[in-house]
Amino acid sequence: MSESVAFVGKLLIFIGVIFDLFGTVGLVRLPDVYNRLQASTKCVTLGTCFILFGSFLVVGLPLLKSLLVIGFVVMSSPTAAHAIARAAHRAKIPLWEKSVVDKYREDRESEKA
Amino acid sequence: MIAPIPLIFSLPLIVSMILCLYRVIRGPTSADRIVAVDILGILVVGFCSLFAVYEKRFFMDIALAWALLGFIGALTLAKYLEGRNLDE
Repeated sequence: MSESVAFVGKLLIFIGVIFDLFGTVGLVRLPDVYNRLQASTKCVTLGTCFILFGSFLVVGLPLLKSLLVIGFVVMSSPTAAHAIARAAHRAKIPLWEKSVVDKYREDRESEKA
Repeated sequence: MIAPIPLIFSLPLIVSMILCLYRVIRGPTSADRIVAVDILGILVVGFCSLFAVYEKRFFMDIALAWALLGFIGALTLAKYLEGRNLDE
């Protein structure tokens, strides 16, 4: 029983590590601040949650604190990403030249008029 | 006595940290650097979790404190980036 639970935990840690690697590949390869933010934040948050839950399954009750870290990362990481994207748009950092829609700029211009 | 971290877990995390550092150094704008530092903080939380499994248990406390401080640091850097040209 305990052996199989530890094996499932190690499998979850491996899946999380692969998610982290793909998220940072997106951080390097994508052309724009907003694309990079979107790809890397989602992938790395999910991957780190997989790593934390897998380590909880491997060790057991002494690492109950990792569930607390999962809750905090899930709540805080999208908030930080939203704040960074809003600040980047307000600081007039340009979009990629092949982007087709910018709803936030349209919304602010219609508010100003 | 202490079992080392398996290379199949630690090597992809180290590679992704190096990719993050590449984006911190080469980032064309300042927002790229802020995004990369935020992502690097979350990666360090995962790496501290691996240390908590294979080395000492108290590394999970370090991961918790790092998550809190990384969130506050990202909010502060975003506020700084936004406040740089408020005179529009």
